[in-house]
Amino acid sequence: MTAAVIIDITLWGSVAVLGFMVWQRGRVVATAAAREGTMDFINIVPRIALGVIGSGFIAAVIPPEVITGWLGPDSGWFGVLTATIAGGLTPGGPVVGFSIAAVALKVGGGPPQVIAYVVAWALFAFQRMILWEIPFMPARFVWFRAAVSLPFPFLAAALAMVIGKP
Amino acid sequence: MIFIGVLVAVSVTLVWRRDGGSGVREILTSDLALFGGILPRVLAGCLLGAFIAEILPHEKVSRSLGPSSGLKGLLIGTPFGAILPGGPFTAYPVAAALLTVGADFGATIAMVVSWTLIGYGRAVAWELPILGVDFTLWRIILSLPIPVLAGALGRVVYVRVYPKGEPE
Repeated sequence: MTAAVIIDITLWGSVAVLGFMVWQRGRVVATAAAREGTMDFINIVPRIALGVIGSGFIAAVIPPEVITGWLGPDSGWFGVLTATIAGGLTPGGPVVGFSIAAVALKVGGGPPQVIAYVVAWALFAFQRMILWEIPFMPARFVWFRAAVSLPFPFLAAALAMVIGKP
Repeated sequence: MIFIGVLVAVSVTLVWRRDGGSGVREILTSDLALFGGILPRVLAGCLLGAFIAEILPHEKVSRSLGPSSGLKGLLIGTPFGAILPGGPFTAYPVAAALLTVGADFGATIAMVVSWTLIGYGRAVAWELPILGVDFTLWRIILSLPIPVLAGALGRVVYVRVYPKGEPE
């Protein structure tokens, strides 16, 4: 709860500071910018609604046990590949993603595979993409971003294997 | 969005067949509560995006984050994404604003990827307590090169896919 309050204070504080900076450029500019932001908000609400309400159902269909199973004590590149897919398919927020990674480490998953999982989760978690990235960003950008991000869970795992950490 | 709509419809049907009407209602209620909770943040994010688009000087942004900004643009986008406060409700509106005022896909990719991978907010709040200091630090160190590399790869692919510039 405290974290949420801190986030809200930072967020609305930034809005206030930037709003003040815009205000100093003139009243007309400030009104226009505020109107544009509000219009963006109104346009985005239906998409966020579909994202939030829908992703809860998608998450309910994918049980976390399946994901943990994929992250079992596999090793090698096949393990990295399944970890990457599992990262993208992991439902829920950061608690779920990081907890699954912690469980995977405990049950003997290799650190490079778990690194690949966490990186893939950060890059491709479907709920974040559906809920936030697709509504806010141009669709072309989202697919583009996801496509060029594909090699990087593997790169992070390879680096982890080379240096032997964590 | 149509694809997502279909995916949602299929999932709702699966939940309904598995858990019946009460299962669907339960998820719907908690999702609606979540939706109500995040709406004010979404509004704040949209206002933030609009204000940033107004304040940032367009020529300067397209010079330092545009298609010809080179490595420097990627090196600016990366720390910007890493220090951005808030959550997805700030990161994506701000990224969209950067695109509007002249940043190219490469620099924006660097920023978004840096926000998801090395942004301190999630790491401090969730990753450290759950996965521990050792794992989290190494995970972040291993992720450090990724935003710049992803942005660079984005630029290389972009000029191949859209040789004549962005289609509108």
